[in-house]
Amino acid sequence: MKESSVSLLAKSSIWKKSLNARTALLYLFPSILLFSVFVFYPMFRTIYLSFFLTDQHGSAALFVGLENYTYLLESQAFRNSIKATILFVLYTVPAGVILALFLALIANEKLRGIGFFRTIYSSTMGISVAASSVVWLFLFHPSVGMFNRFLSLMNLPEVQWLLDPDWALLSVSISTIWLNTGFSFLILLGGLQNIDGYLYESAKIDGAGYWYQLRRITIPMLSPTLFFIITISLINAFQSFGQIDILTKGGPSQATNLIVYSIYREAFVNYQFGTASAQAVFLFLCILIVTILQFKFGERKVHYQ
Amino acid sequence: MKKVELLNVSKTYDKKTEVISNINVTIEPGEFFVLVGPSGCGKSTMLRMIAGLEDITGGILRIGEKEANHLPPSKRDISMVFQNYALYPHLTVMENIVFGLHVKKIPKLERKTRCNDVAAMLGLSEYLNRKPRELSGGQRQRVALARAIVNEAPICLMDEPLSNLDAKLRAHMRSEIRQIQRRLGITMIYVTHDQVEAMTMGDRIMILHDGKIQQIGKPIDIYNHPANPFVATFIGSPPMNIAEGVMNEMQSEILIADICKIKIPDEDSRLLQTKQVLVGIRPEHIKAASKETSHESRMVVEAINVEILGNETIFSFKVGGHEWMAKWNGQWRLQVGDRIPIQMKYESICLFDRKTNERIKAPTDIENFILDKEVFL
Amino acid sequence: MSFPKKIVFYFLLLFSAFLLFFPVMYAFMISFMTGGEIMQGKFFPQTFTFDNYFRVFERLPLMKYLINSFVVSAGVMIGQLIVCSMAAYAFVFISFKGRDFIFFLFISTMMIPWEATMIPNFFTIQKLDWTNTYQGLTVPFFALAFGTFLLRQHFKTIPKELFEASQIAGLSRFAFFWRVILPVSKTSLVTLGAYGFLTTWNMYLWPLLVTNNDQVRTVQIGLKQLQSQEVATEWGVVMAGVIVVIIPTLLLLFIGQKQLQKGLTQGALK
Repeated sequence: MKESSVSLLAKSSIWKKSLNARTALLYLFPSILLFSVFVFYPMFRTIYLSFFLTDQHGSAALFVGLENYTYLLESQAFRNSIKATILFVLYTVPAGVILALFLALIANEKLRGIGFFRTIYSSTMGISVAASSVVWLFLFHPSVGMFNRFLSLMNLPEVQWLLDPDWALLSVSISTIWLNTGFSFLILLGGLQNIDGYLYESAKIDGAGYWYQLRRITIPMLSPTLFFIITISLINAFQSFGQIDILTKGGPSQATNLIVYSIYREAFVNYQFGTASAQAVFLFLCILIVTILQFKFGERKVHYQ
Repeated sequence: MKKVELLNVSKTYDKKTEVISNINVTIEPGEFFVLVGPSGCGKSTMLRMIAGLEDITGGILRIGEKEANHLPPSKRDISMVFQNYALYPHLTVMENIVFGLHVKKIPKLERKTRCNDVAAMLGLSEYLNRKPRELSGGQRQRVALARAIVNEAPICLMDEPLSNLDAKLRAHMRSEIRQIQRRLGITMIYVTHDQVEAMTMGDRIMILHDGKIQQIGKPIDIYNHPANPFVATFIGSPPMNIAEGVMNEMQSEILIADICKIKIPDEDSRLLQTKQVLVGIRPEHIKAASKETSHESRMVVEAINVEILGNETIFSFKVGGHEWMAKWNGQWRLQVGDRIPIQMKYESICLFDRKTNERIKAPTDIENFILDKEVFL
Repeated sequence: MSFPKKIVFYFLLLFSAFLLFFPVMYAFMISFMTGGEIMQGKFFPQTFTFDNYFRVFERLPLMKYLINSFVVSAGVMIGQLIVCSMAAYAFVFISFKGRDFIFFLFISTMMIPWEATMIPNFFTIQKLDWTNTYQGLTVPFFALAFGTFLLRQHFKTIPKELFEASQIAGLSRFAFFWRVILPVSKTSLVTLGAYGFLTTWNMYLWPLLVTNNDQVRTVQIGLKQLQSQEVATEWGVVMAGVIVVIIPTLLLLFIGQKQLQKGLTQGALK
């Protein structure tokens, strides 16, 4: 009698515990299903495809092992694309973060009308990559574009912004920095406003000047936000596509053939899904490394408040 | 009105160490029962087990006559007030109060009358359409109270409901809660870490420490007859003074911290068998020594801190390694460093066995009586 | 702050604002100019006529694109709010074995860039016969790790006593979610909603892949069409298109700037 009630009790508690798990799964089911179908499955599928030659419908046709990868590593075009991507990252990330930081610092002062400036600075976040690229396409235009008009006004030689292989990547980078400023600014401003005002008051009592406060309080306290925005900018830079598609189409002479554009061309123009997948795996690895670095170093630096 | 019975109740999170063990208590219908103890003693866990918010891992909980171990919280006939009030921030005061009634599908008209009654009782009628964030701390507390009593549940659980209020309001709410409980006749289980609340509100109180019951009883009984040194020092403010004592069988006296001796009368000579004791005395029982005081029970101490409160004076001094306090009525012009003659009577002290921590003697000269309109001190 | 210091700050603020907003301002001006004015390199148009705007709506089914963009953005927004809030609720208010593992799965999705998985996703959409449909443009984006974290952070600030009080009142789990958690978290939901709407409205690569006719094509692809049709000559029309496309998101941003800034910083950093 007693044993049976004990086993009943045990059973009911197992039932109860699994009830929790089952309810939770019910709530998590939509996310898990969508992640499985649109993130995990395609990731494995991409890795799988990277070992195959494919037909037009993206089905694996012939197993080639690592040949897609060796082909890529030997291909001048892919090496070029890697080089362009790395240069692009170097052009956009540091400059973009410093610009956004500068804007956030001056917009964090308590001045009359500061809300207006904040709105202006964050405005590029509301502008799509397609819209911004079309505007910049005009600004870079060789004859009617703003930049060349300005140069000729100063009696300087005109520049073929998007058509000169030496300038094209830089031009694309400038438009990208501009586009990403809004988001970075907004996040950094949020980070600045989270810093406790008492810190500045106590620094003022100690007689610290603006630059000293900036170096000793603002930057250290902002470091987690800065780190986050650097990571996001890095990932964004690796993923850039729209500006390339509209501004340069990867040209001139592949100078702006960034990795995502290269994947897109390889897959949906050349129908080489195998090598495109191998490039995608490469992109995945790049972003994985950046994220792991963020987790490894970023977590430690976060100042919880 | 229902009783609540705990039989051998225990709780463990990791199946190894028990955070609560062997709780046996019956809370009578209509009783105001206070669970008190220092933070981390398991009192909140115990309340949450009664509420059904935590699993009971051993023993039986009975609410009314029914075993309630596996009943969901809503089936236990309880209401509960939380420390942070747990008001729904997006609902008005009225919606907060009737929230439970709404869930229980009580008709709208009845909801309204019951809400209005309770609001009137607690002085909330003007605030019914406000949101919780527009209320002061005391008003929020009342809303939480209103929400608990509007359900007309026979048992009400309260988890440190007054700890977020300032001292003055807390004193006021103490008596208000007590009055409401009496008027409605509900069974109240009240958790607090504040011994003043426990003393002033409880019909009976239970003192918990390290998940074990230290003592259950009427507040004044516990004050006068503490079961062990923990209870003695936990209840009462300032706490009971404690020092090590050694019995001297030859002289039939106790030597307290090597500096003071107290004679043990012949009728209590059995106490001499326990050699190692702890001696306790309440601050108010330490009296000023007068000329008549015998030489042995007289003691001169040096005040190391003095607090003059107007109606009473508290000063502290060292006895052995302990800091003791004495509380005298009225104002005494004392300075730090003054040497003060004091006396301790045998009748006022409390003795504990140092090995078992059990009480072997309680103070006896503590009660004042009024007989035939004459005051006997 | 001292007066000279104020002057310095205002100068920096104004100068930066001018530089940063110049491209948008310029595009706005161009959208009112005639071809001739553009060639002359003017900054202000002679007259503010809406010719270019009428023409861009003639040239392209821009209205249809706008509606498509709106339907897709609103669809993703609503889908994300439902899916993410449910997941966040499970993470915060239900304790179960394997929660950490599933949470890790969610985190790991952040390391997988969408562009690295687009090839199989493209074929999945094809197999489902979802090319040129709204569901093809929306459903893949419903689950969002970032959104789940953002809401989870907010749900965690809700005292657990609220959950316990509702348990004592006899509220079911779903009723608690629906009647307490969601109303209490309105601000976070608005933040996530605005973010979802904004990012979807501005999406470029995916609509490019899964649409090949006007049926559900979004405005961003419309801009690409416009730009490749109107080479050099009719920049005024192109810029009119640009202004039409960015106005909804700019408005959304101007209204919700403060909220978005607070919400995103929290979701990102805590």
